[in-house]
Amino acid sequence: MALNSKIPEGPIKDKWTDYKNHINLVNPANKRHIDVIVVGTGLAGGSAAATLAELGYNVKAFAYQDSPRRAHSIAAQGGINAAKNYMGDGDSTYRLFYDTVKGGDYRSREANVYRLAEVSANIIDQCVAQGVPFARDYGGLLDNRSFGGVLVSRTFYAKGQTGQQLLLGAYSAMNRQIARGKIEMFNRHEMLDVVKVNGKARGIIARNLITGEIERHSAHAVVIATGGYGNVYYLSTNAMGSNATAAWKIHKKGAFFANPCFTQIHPTCIPRSGDYQSKLTLMSESLRNDGRIWVPKHIEDAKSLQQRKMKPTDIPEENRDYFLERRYPAFGNLVPRDVASRAAKERCDAGFGVNATGEAVYLDFAAAIERYGKTQAKIQNLENPSKEKIYDLGRAIVEEKYGNLFQMYEKIVDEDPYKTPMMIYPATHYTMGGIWVDYNLMTTVNGLYCIGEANFSEHGANRLGASALMQGLADGYFVLPYTIGDYLSNEIRTGKIPTNTPEFDEAENDVKERLNFFINNKGEHSVDYYHKKLGKIMWDKVGMSRNAQGLISAMAEIKELREDFWKNVKVPGKLDEMNPELEKAGRVADFLELGELFAKDALMRNESCGGHFREESVELDGEQKGEAKRNDKEYAFVAAWEYKGEPSAAVLHKEELEFKDIELKQRSYK
Amino acid sequence: MTNNQQLKYMNLTLKIWRQEDSKAKGRMVDYKVTEISEHMSFLEMMDVLNEQLVNKGEDPVAFDHDCREGICGMCSMYINGEAHGPDRGVTTCQLHMRMFKDGDTITIEPFRATAFPVIKDLVVDRSSFERIQQAGGYISVNTSGNTQDANSIPISKHAADEAMDAAMCIGCGACVASCKNSSAMLFVGAKVSQYALLPQGQVEAADRVRNMVAQMDLEGFGNCTNTGACEIECPKGISLENIARMNRELMKASI
Ligand SMILES: Cc1cc2nc3c(=O)[nH]c(=O)nc-3n(C[C@H](O)[C@H](O)[C@H](O)COP(=O)(O)OP(=O)(O)OC[C@H]3O[C@@H](n4cnc5c(N)ncnc54)[C@H](O)[C@@H]3O)c2cc1C
Ligand code: SF4
Ligand code: FES
Repeated sequence: MALNSKIPEGPIKDKWTDYKNHINLVNPANKRHIDVIVVGTGLAGGSAAATLAELGYNVKAFAYQDSPRRAHSIAAQGGINAAKNYMGDGDSTYRLFYDTVKGGDYRSREANVYRLAEVSANIIDQCVAQGVPFARDYGGLLDNRSFGGVLVSRTFYAKGQTGQQLLLGAYSAMNRQIARGKIEMFNRHEMLDVVKVNGKARGIIARNLITGEIERHSAHAVVIATGGYGNVYYLSTNAMGSNATAAWKIHKKGAFFANPCFTQIHPTCIPRSGDYQSKLTLMSESLRNDGRIWVPKHIEDAKSLQQRKMKPTDIPEENRDYFLERRYPAFGNLVPRDVASRAAKERCDAGFGVNATGEAVYLDFAAAIERYGKTQAKIQNLENPSKEKIYDLGRAIVEEKYGNLFQMYEKIVDEDPYKTPMMIYPATHYTMGGIWVDYNLMTTVNGLYCIGEANFSEHGANRLGASALMQGLADGYFVLPYTIGDYLSNEIRTGKIPTNTPEFDEAENDVKERLNFFINNKGEHSVDYYHKKLGKIMWDKVGMSRNAQGLISAMAEIKELREDFWKNVKVPGKLDEMNPELEKAGRVADFLELGELFAKDALMRNESCGGHFREESVELDGEQKGEAKRNDKEYAFVAAWEYKGEPSAAVLHKEELEFKDIELKQRSYK
Repeated sequence: MTNNQQLKYMNLTLKIWRQEDSKAKGRMVDYKVTEISEHMSFLEMMDVLNEQLVNKGEDPVAFDHDCREGICGMCSMYINGEAHGPDRGVTTCQLHMRMFKDGDTITIEPFRATAFPVIKDLVVDRSSFERIQQAGGYISVNTSGNTQDANSIPISKHAADEAMDAAMCIGCGACVASCKNSSAMLFVGAKVSQYALLPQGQVEAADRVRNMVAQMDLEGFGNCTNTGACEIECPKGISLENIARMNRELMKASI
């Protein structure tokens, strides 16, 4: 099967408008007879469900939490990008498009990214109309902040809870449609398979997580919006329930999986404190505006810190190594996420980590507090202010900027980050890879769509801060409602899709068989036992730095672990009740397959780009010596994998990437 | 991890509410957990217990949780007589074991209210909150792509900040669980206030407050008698001022 990305003809800036002018529409009377299933109600699925219902389709929406308001989009802190140019600093659709393609290390599809930049401004208008309380300046206009890797201020925010406010906006739009009966909401339901009839997606099999009942739901089209698969690493900044099940199930039914190895490891997360750790907490990227990252220069000092014989404040300035400032003088502490993460790992691997596990570096605000304090003292005309006075003045400024993050840190770590530097370490955060979709956001299965973090589309090999929220809402509010209409215009005569057909029987039986196996298998080890082992393999061999040998052995180890899982996993409880262990078992079973494909993809891609770093592909000399080396000649393509019975047997399809509007360049942050 | 300090480990007795399903009769059951690190979160301590139960072939304790960073509002435990436990300004998932001592007995129950029936063990059904939001917790605006420009109506920073403070509610239900009347006024007041403070919310203000309050009453939440327990236990610092504002809005709506 040849991949067809269906990118419209014409100049990039006209593609989307021309496309919208020429698609088929469904008249309002006919929409009443068309059903759409939306799985996942985060920013992507929630905005899609609400908009499709407003248009008149009958929407059935599904989420595993007890309310759409609890999807993991709620946790996004920093902000959402939009090319509004409210700051008058030269922003434009083109610039946002350019920054996103460059930030993604030239591994995304130009036409999709341009469209994203084009609709970004509409998102802000829509959200404000819904009552999203974005931050404002004293003139009453919307405020913006800057984020890593760009030269303009285009990030809209609502304190440190932007994702929450945007999700509550989409949730309110959904509630309006639920009240009108246009959305039927299935909370505490998990999709366990997709049903295909004559090659088209026609429904899903879902488990009611309260009663354990297996249900059939049919529709004329199915939309998957189930988020990312970062939990394949066990520890990540994702929610405990974030999973790849829906995406993996549709992959097994014919949807290609693209670039699984493109994962973002975020540099500033709170380090692990012990084996019992269940998740990792992000500290917003914005902290790198004022925090300086360092480790000791001398290995003896690092040893003393690890053994807690010394405090960071005992180490004098000349014995500190501000390694980002040293290696990347131009960008310093504000290099992109992938670069900052690898640099921290390099120091810790060399033995310079600063906590008991040796896996932490400092993020120090002392210099910022002093700098702000001195400025404040000047502003207030204080002559010869004491050290304490300067500290107090500076601390107040830092508190105003980052107070809630400092408090969050203190709650978890029990240390005062104003007095002693924060400890941070990289953690899995976001997955750029995902289900392959064409320009219409349709997968390789007819009538099956994929939106939000679950698809692969706009971020290439590395995502810029504040762009995931933008993508989720662009997909759901402004793109999918058009593209799916074009498809559904052929369905007006189809009539209701029956669920008493052999295709539904078969899918339901497969689901039940698997669940039965889990409950009846009298194994030895808990689901978490396997999940933690998988996470360790992924982190050690398919993590921030990868090589052929490690990847080959990771594939073998994951396969072995999977075989053991299917023999020895132990799941307590019953089928027909609320059973969280059973839910986890299904999710981990799918991660155990996805992990292997992930490693296979990383092995195939023998270049370093964005979040994917191959030790074999580094610059050997010159100014960039030791830095990641992209290989555009051989790897300027999207790797779309077709399932063939086993992850290791997956077949590679290449979508060659063409760069017509942006010149391919090596990224430099020196 | 704290520098210059030895790790502290604890042995604890847990008294936990076990209830098979919504129809079963529940009871308190005692469990022991050992070697709990003070750096664990409360839910990580519960993970240790559950791993222990699974390995023994017993049914683990069901509880709601997801983000484990205090924002999704899933977690909902009533610990030693307080919603979200003894710490202030935190959810259950943000509570840390350093709040407890070696040898402590900890009582863990679900959030209790007529409008929050127990589903299993510590998991409760909060769909009454959903129905209140559906009754009016929105502004009626379609997605069109030609909504007016976001900056066309300036909103004072003060009003925007206040609306944001109200909008921070995570819908956890701790306010209801803490209230002797099981009142949902803080939760509903927060949503009504967010919209009442913004120009976009004005058009439907009267209908909104009437419909949401009517639904709240229908769901069986109690009246507010100004005890203020909700504000104290609310993990997001939602202020009682929001209840007052809702009452004013309701007055306005009935004139
Ligand atoms: C801590 C953190 C901070 C972040 N900060 C930012 C930021 O500042 N700016 C930014 O742009 N991005 C940020 N991101 C990234 C961004 O939040 C996510 O990429 C985005 O919100 C994903 O939205 P989504 O709608 O695709 O998926 P999600 O919000 O994850 O929603 C997934 C939905 O799918 C449902 N679901 C999953 N599996 C199933 C199943 N099998 N059956 C039924 N339902 C299912 C869930 O119930 C949920 O409703 C952050 C991410 C994290 C983790
Ligand atoms: S008002 Fe506070 S306690 Fe009540 S639901 Fe909202 S966040 Fe929870
Ligand atoms: S688990 Fe999300 S708030 Fe506690």
